[in-house]
Amino acid sequence: MDGGTNGGPGASFPPVTTLAHRLLARYAAITGATRLIPITRAHIDGCLYHGPASLDFARTMAESGAQVTVPTTLNVGAIDLLHPKLFRGKPEIVAAGREMMRHYSAMGCRQTWTCAPYQLVERPALGEQIAWAESNAIVFANSVLGARTERYGDFIDLCAAITGTVPEVGLHTDEGRLGRVLVEIRGVRDATMRRDTFFATLGHLLGKLVGSAIPVVDGVEQAREDDLKALGAAAASSGAVAMFHMVGVTPEAPTLAAAFGGRAPGRTIRIGPRELAAAAAELTSTKETALGAVSIGTPHFSYDEFTRLRTLLAGRTIASRLEFFVSTGRDILARIDDEGWGAELRACGVQVVTDTCTYLTPILTGRPGAVMTNSAKWAWYAPNNLGYQVAFGSLEECVESAVRGAVWRDESQWDVAPGDQAGGRSNQGATS
Amino acid sequence: MIAIQVLVAGAAEGEVLVLDEPLSFWGGVHESSGVIIDTHHPQHGAALAGKVVVMPAGRGSSSSSSVLAEVIRGGVAPAAILLGETDPIMALGAMVGEALYARTVPVVVLDRDQYARVGGWQYARLAVGDDGMQLTEGPRASHH
Repeated sequence: MDGGTNGGPGASFPPVTTLAHRLLARYAAITGATRLIPITRAHIDGCLYHGPASLDFARTMAESGAQVTVPTTLNVGAIDLLHPKLFRGKPEIVAAGREMMRHYSAMGCRQTWTCAPYQLVERPALGEQIAWAESNAIVFANSVLGARTERYGDFIDLCAAITGTVPEVGLHTDEGRLGRVLVEIRGVRDATMRRDTFFATLGHLLGKLVGSAIPVVDGVEQAREDDLKALGAAAASSGAVAMFHMVGVTPEAPTLAAAFGGRAPGRTIRIGPRELAAAAAELTSTKETALGAVSIGTPHFSYDEFTRLRTLLAGRTIASRLEFFVSTGRDILARIDDEGWGAELRACGVQVVTDTCTYLTPILTGRPGAVMTNSAKWAWYAPNNLGYQVAFGSLEECVESAVRGAVWRDESQWDVAPGDQAGGRSNQGATS
Repeated sequence: MIAIQVLVAGAAEGEVLVLDEPLSFWGGVHESSGVIIDTHHPQHGAALAGKVVVMPAGRGSSSSSSVLAEVIRGGVAPAAILLGETDPIMALGAMVGEALYARTVPVVVLDRDQYARVGGWQYARLAVGDDGMQLTEGPRASHH
C-alpha cells in the first residue's frame, strides 16, 4: 500500500496528502514539465462513481484527512441528491454514489454538482491558471473565459486541488494556446448562425475534423455564451478539443493573426451549410418520429436558457405521452425557483434534474419512441451509454415536438445563404 | 534487449497482445472482465488480463484512468502496457492502481522501431535493471 492508507489520528504513516503530491510529481514528469505552477482554483470530475476503485481512491484520500488547498468545485455525481427518486438504477450504485459525493465534500470541495462551473457566480478570469476537469468545462474555461487549464481528469484533478499546483505545460503556456487549424465558415445564412443547432453542429464537426488540435473559427460574427458552451461541449465529445478560438468573439482571438500568434495555419478547413446539415443528420440516430422523451441541459442549462425555454413553451403543456427533462446545477435551480419559474415549468410537465445528468445515469423511464435533444454531446454519448435512439434538433424543435408529442422539424435551418455560390462546397476535408 | 522509456516501472511478463488501433479503456474495456467491448475496435472480444498489451495510444476520456485502476483492482488488468506514445491517462490509472492495491502494471513507451519489433513477438518480459528497464522476448519462465 502507498504510505498512510490506514493512517488515522496517531498513525505513524506519513499523511496521505503525500500520495497526492507524489502522484502529481510523477504525472508532471510524464508531461515533460520542468516546473510546477500554482493554481487559483480547481474543478473535480472524479466525484462520479466509476466503480469500487474510484470509491477506494476517494475514501483513502478523505479518511487520511486530505484537504483541498484552493477553492474547488465539484462536477456531477451519479445521483440527483435533491431529487433522488428520479434515479432508476441499482440501489447499491446509489449508496456508492452517495459515499463518493460525501468524501469529496469532506475534503473541502464545494457541493456545486455541476458540469458547468462557469455558470456559477464566481468563475475564473482571463489569464488565471486553474485545474479543471470535465471536457466541456475545460474547453469553456480556455476558450470563452481565457482561463488556463490542461485536460485534467480522474485522480489528477483531486491531486491538483490538494497540492494547489500543476505542471507548466500545454494550455498553461502562451505558446500552447495558439491556434493550429483555420476553420472558415462560408455561405451560412445569418439566420442559421443565430440558432443553437448551428453551434452544436459546428462543434460536432470541429471535433471530428481537428481531433485534439486548437481550431480557429473565422466567419462567425457573434455568439452567446450558451452557443459557445454548446460548441465546445460537442467538440470535446466527438474529438478531444480543449480550446478553440473564434475570431472577434473569444478573448484571445481579437484578430486572426492574434489567434495564430502571427504564424500561418497548419491546415485550413472550409465549412458550409451542406457539411453542417450532414453533421446534424449524423447526430440523429433514428428516423422514428414517435417521441418518448425530450432531454435538454447537457451541459447544464443556464439561467438564460431557462428564459428561452419559458418563451418557447409559452405556458403550453408537454404531451402526456412523453417525459421532458432539463438538467441543471442546483445554483441555477435556486435562481429560477426564486423567480417562480420552477413551479411554472413543472406545471407544464417539465422535470428539472440537478446534480447529475441524464446521459450518465438512468433517469429516463424508457417510454417508447426516440429521445430528442438539442445537445450534440447528449446525442453522441447517450445511444452508447444508455441505449437510446436520438433525434437531434434545436431548442425550438425540442419544445415544439414535446408539445405535439412527435418529432417536429424546421426544415429551413440549413438553407444556403442567398447568392453565395461557395456555400456548401468544401475544399479541404470537410466533406461528409 | 531493448531499453525503454518508463512511465510506471515494474517487472512483468506475458503473452503479447497487439492492438491495431488506439483503445479508450472508458467505454472500451469491460470493468469486471478486462475484455475489449468496443465493437468498433479490431481486437473487440480480446481479453487483456495477464497480457503484455502493445497499443499505439490510449484514446479520449480521462475516465480511462479509473477503468484501468478498476481492472487492476479486479485482477483482470494487463501484465504490462507498451505504448506507441506517451499517455499520462494510462500512467495515472496504473499509478493509482499500484498505490491502492499494491499491484504494479508497468507502463512504458516504445519508439517506432521498438514497437515494430515487439509486435512480432509471442511473449515478452520486462525487467527492472540498474540503468532503467529492459524488454526481452520470451520464452515463458515456466519452461525452465
